[in-house]
Amino acid sequence: EALVVNDPDFQHEDLNFLSRSQRYEQAIRKSSLMVMKLREYGIADPEEIYWFKSFVHRGRPEPLDLHLGMFLPTLLTQATPEQQDRFFMPAWNLEIIGTYAQTEMGHGTHLRGLETTATYDPATQEFILNSPTVTSIKWWPGGLGKTSNHAIVLAQLYTQGQCKGLHAFIVPIRQLGTHQPLPGITVGDIGPKFGYDEMDNGYLKMDNFRIPRENMLMKYAQVEPDGTYVKPVSDKLTYGTMVFIRSLIVGDSARSLARACTIAIRYSAVRHQSELKPGEPEPQILDYQTQQYKLFPLLATAYAFHFVGAYIKNTYQRISTDISEGDLSELPELHALTAGLKAFTSWTANAGIEECRMACGGHGYSRCSGIPDIYVTFTPSCTYEGENTVMMLQTARFLVKSYTQVNSGQQVTGMVSYLNDLSRQRIQPQHVAARTVTVRINDPVSLVEAYKARAARLVEAAAKNLQAELNHRKSKEDAWNRTSVDLVRASEAHCHYVIVKLFTAKLSEISNVAVRAVLTDLCLLYALYGISKNTGDFLQVGILMDAQITQVNQRVKELLAIIRPNAVALVDSFDFHDVHLGSVLGRYDGNVYENLFEWAKKSPLNKTEVHESFHKHLKPMQSKL
Amino acid sequence: VNPDLASERQTASFSVESLTAWLDGGAERTRMRRAVVEAIEHDPTFSRENQYFQSQNERYEAAVRKAVYLQKKMHEMGWTEDGPEYKYIYRALAGDVAFLLHRIFMRSISMLGSDKQIAKWIPLASQYQIIGSYAQTELGHGTYLQGLETTAVFDTAAQEFILNTPKISAMKWWPGDMGRSATHTVVFAQLYIHGKCYGIHPFIVQIRSLQDHSLCPGITAGDIGPKMSFEHADNGFLMLQNVRIPRENMLNKFCEVQPDGNYVRWGSQKINYFTMTTVRISLISDEVVVPVMKACTIAIRYSVVRRQSKLKPGEQEAKILDYQTQQEKLLPQLAAAYAFHFINDYLQELFNRAYEEIQTKNFDTLPELHAFSSGFKAMVTQYCTSAVEICLRACGGHGYSLLSGLPSLYTKIFASCIYEGENTILLLQTARFLIKCFMAASTGQPVPPSVTYLAAGKPGKCPAQNKLHFLNPDIYTEAYQHAAARLVSSAAAELQNLIQSGVKKHDAWNQCAVQLAQAAKAHCHYITVKNFAETVEKLKTQAGIQKIMKHLCDLFALHGIFSNGGIFLHDGYISGAQMDMVTASYLDLLPVIRKDAVPLVDAFDFTDKSLNSALGSYDGQVYQRLYEWAQKSPTNKQMSPAYERYLKPLLQNKLSKL
Repeated sequence: EALVVNDPDFQHEDLNFLSRSQRYEQAIRKSSLMVMKLREYGIADPEEIYWFKSFVHRGRPEPLDLHLGMFLPTLLTQATPEQQDRFFMPAWNLEIIGTYAQTEMGHGTHLRGLETTATYDPATQEFILNSPTVTSIKWWPGGLGKTSNHAIVLAQLYTQGQCKGLHAFIVPIRQLGTHQPLPGITVGDIGPKFGYDEMDNGYLKMDNFRIPRENMLMKYAQVEPDGTYVKPVSDKLTYGTMVFIRSLIVGDSARSLARACTIAIRYSAVRHQSELKPGEPEPQILDYQTQQYKLFPLLATAYAFHFVGAYIKNTYQRISTDISEGDLSELPELHALTAGLKAFTSWTANAGIEECRMACGGHGYSRCSGIPDIYVTFTPSCTYEGENTVMMLQTARFLVKSYTQVNSGQQVTGMVSYLNDLSRQRIQPQHVAARTVTVRINDPVSLVEAYKARAARLVEAAAKNLQAELNHRKSKEDAWNRTSVDLVRASEAHCHYVIVKLFTAKLSEISNVAVRAVLTDLCLLYALYGISKNTGDFLQVGILMDAQITQVNQRVKELLAIIRPNAVALVDSFDFHDVHLGSVLGRYDGNVYENLFEWAKKSPLNKTEVHESFHKHLKPMQSKL
Repeated sequence: VNPDLASERQTASFSVESLTAWLDGGAERTRMRRAVVEAIEHDPTFSRENQYFQSQNERYEAAVRKAVYLQKKMHEMGWTEDGPEYKYIYRALAGDVAFLLHRIFMRSISMLGSDKQIAKWIPLASQYQIIGSYAQTELGHGTYLQGLETTAVFDTAAQEFILNTPKISAMKWWPGDMGRSATHTVVFAQLYIHGKCYGIHPFIVQIRSLQDHSLCPGITAGDIGPKMSFEHADNGFLMLQNVRIPRENMLNKFCEVQPDGNYVRWGSQKINYFTMTTVRISLISDEVVVPVMKACTIAIRYSVVRRQSKLKPGEQEAKILDYQTQQEKLLPQLAAAYAFHFINDYLQELFNRAYEEIQTKNFDTLPELHAFSSGFKAMVTQYCTSAVEICLRACGGHGYSLLSGLPSLYTKIFASCIYEGENTILLLQTARFLIKCFMAASTGQPVPPSVTYLAAGKPGKCPAQNKLHFLNPDIYTEAYQHAAARLVSSAAAELQNLIQSGVKKHDAWNQCAVQLAQAAKAHCHYITVKNFAETVEKLKTQAGIQKIMKHLCDLFALHGIFSNGGIFLHDGYISGAQMDMVTASYLDLLPVIRKDAVPLVDAFDFTDKSLNSALGSYDGQVYQRLYEWAQKSPTNKQMSPAYERYLKPLLQNKLSKL
């Protein structure tokens, strides 16, 4: 960390004052330097590279992300040894800079809908790549617009007149040496976005562009010289990569929310406003209950998500050995769970970051607060690597499947095992959840039970509604669509339960008594706040009674006051360096106002005391009127 | 026109043109609006074509250029600032113009200045001999005005006020038009006479030379730097060091410092609220309802053009608006856009009534008006901000492109949650009013008609027996009323308990603040639903429109119950079984409104230019437009030095030479 932060080569002007082109240039400059220094220091461990990179770019995207994060790993996992010989070392040495071109203008998460074609021509032993429609133009890949000279392109493979589905091809797009697009290739930047200013997200259009047969990634599926197609062994393997990337997003949700909380909570301790008691000095705004109510549940959420992210990563690592030995039995559940948690955490963090910004009032709106930047960088994760609603429905599919299994007498395992209890309780004519738990609102373990009951009842309700629709309608898909709002709710409840459960389980692992005490408060706050925000679900089927809800609300308020003295310490524990936080409001030293002023003086509009617009427009107007 | 969009228009259950006219308040107004918008949009000076590609400096320059040119244009067209056309001009420019604070500067002089001051300053300002701003917010204080720290000390000898920024947190911060443009500003400062503080007063201060625009002595001012949006506005900072202004520069309609330093006040101080109330009400339509309507237009049109995945095997890919989850994201926002359009009418009416009464020196309605404008400002801005964000996210990846138009709408509407009063504080002001009325009502004292329901609050049960009953406006309006009354009365009881148990009044208030804010929101939600239902009721003559509006009203109301279930279930007013009926009715409405979704946004009648969106244009040529616009991006036109400087050596593996 110190290595990078103190390196003068990585210093530059505040990015907020730079244009998009300038930000891109800075990012490229730093990436080039970074690669050089990584080699110089001999850093090769992926974890270390990750940290190095995140300090160089301060957690921001950069144009080589796709090269390092997708192009190289895809070569490693999907290329044959011959292909690795041809491409890997040049790519490692950055003679080849690649990107991963999957998403098209017309299709994202629904991969089967992609339209780019790769037609095999046995006469020349080449694939002919085409973008047949406007909607088939590759759109969004990072590093594609200006940086890359190669791309791994996903296209529908046609051979011997048949479509064989999506496959990956290595496509050179720019001339080595001049960096000019190759004939048949149209490539460029997709224009300004909400954030990601330093990233040249690009478009790619191909017209009868030919590549040799050997450029199809053929470790699994193959096309033989005569055009015969050889199928891959298993298609579940790709799940592994998706699980891994989605687990990173869960971690990113935790980190982004933690950054926003750090800024908002530190600033709320520095800002004084209005009066609580007549005649006394203005209190810190963090002393207002409404401010605590905005921020502390988010703080608890950031901690909760941190544990969830670690859990998925560990589980993935644990079962990836099984996977490489061919045992895929645990993968479907993890895959389903990760999809939902990716959606749940990214939605929550997204809203939470905005809440933090709102909690900083006007100054939160200034770029110097750093929160606008956190938000625009984070918010696309609700869409990329699987659109959130679609993800929730994937989890729901798994839940409904498990429910059906239980109904047909089978036992299910893992996080959904609570569904097993449903059949036992069915003898009672009553709603399942109605008498299962006597909730003790000060006991996290008891709250886990309450969340479990809620999830069970919402999964059951969704499954029953789905069945009712199926009885009315011919089409399965139609019934599914007409139940999808219920299904999403069920998935959310399931994910919520999993999070409360994991947070609670974590508490017993903490040996330091004081730390455990404060995290127990946070865990309680997380669970109780979740109840108070979703009281309907708990009241409707009698998991909790009116009086208990009143107690929950009361307890939430008490917890706010209990957490208040530790609030700053709890965000300091996230240990974000000022440079990494990039926020005037969230500075560790709290010298907010002086630095706001210093920052503003650097604004481009302040370059001259009298702006050119005065001479151009104002003065002529005043003299004419 | 894209056939996917064209087909949506053929099945409209009502006449789009009549709905547009009704929303405008008559066909005549529609005609005028279109004429104004047409005149502005056909003038290349007002083009927003390159907006997404411009830097802060370029945006500011464009805004000044447009503002200057607008004066000429208005003169040519015979439009005036207080004429009926003005709001349409603003709509056509999408607010992307300088000197908006200049108008507030003039308004504050007109309202707070004496006749003599008005005669002196208004002609100068309306001729743009001076450009004004309005400097209230400071680095350290916003909504809480009493906390402002700028000082104005009266010097009897010189008959002048001496203005100072005593410390860094007292620096004026945020005022629009002040960073680069303004020559004058109204500064709010603590008035001191003979060492005694008389509170906040407004002063006219010249900050830049009228000759060369350089800063006046004692003045430090500039731009506060990049923000999330409002790139075109030069929000500024201002520091004052022993700046002297004549005694006559204090705006003195309601109070005056006499030459000997004697302080005289006349008139009601309540009138100060009136300015804020005016602004809060006017921002609801211009800055909040219009953007949310635009966002709905973009997202809904795009959702019938975008096809993704299959609903039935073997069929074409489905329009994403045919997915229940997409309907459930967008259609409630559409209903909300209509609901808030009507609540805006309601507030305007309330405002006009109060205004007439004030002319006769009757200030009775002011507290109610103030409470309502605060609460609704908070509730509507918060609701609509989240609505625009939902629209943005419902457009997936392409929503994230600036070319969709949605990020700019979002970042702009977001600011409305903070300016003109931070929302939480405003809700608490409304709560204060509600608690007061509740106390009064329960002891039998008279209260304004809009809050008489608070007295009637008692336990009860919702009478609905099947899901169709929840399509009866009386049933759901009653439920909202019950919930609001319960929340207000339980907050009041809690407050009472705390005070009786010895907690100090101020602490008690803070300890109940979360509940109080929730109660205020519930009140506003109730009034919105009630007003929507009444508006639909009055529509009897226009059958086609009434039917679809009734559906929207039902959807708005049931969506609120569905997503805030706990509030209604809490005391058993709505039972668990009834909540299932609500959900069923709510979900049943989605496909019904789905059929008219495109006509319902078409009726908002935004031109393509005013939407400025590659996803939302009327013809639905989404992908072609995205591709064309992207090619116009400067990143594709100018060669970036990055390649020659960094990429080339990198690619040629000459890293060590960097």
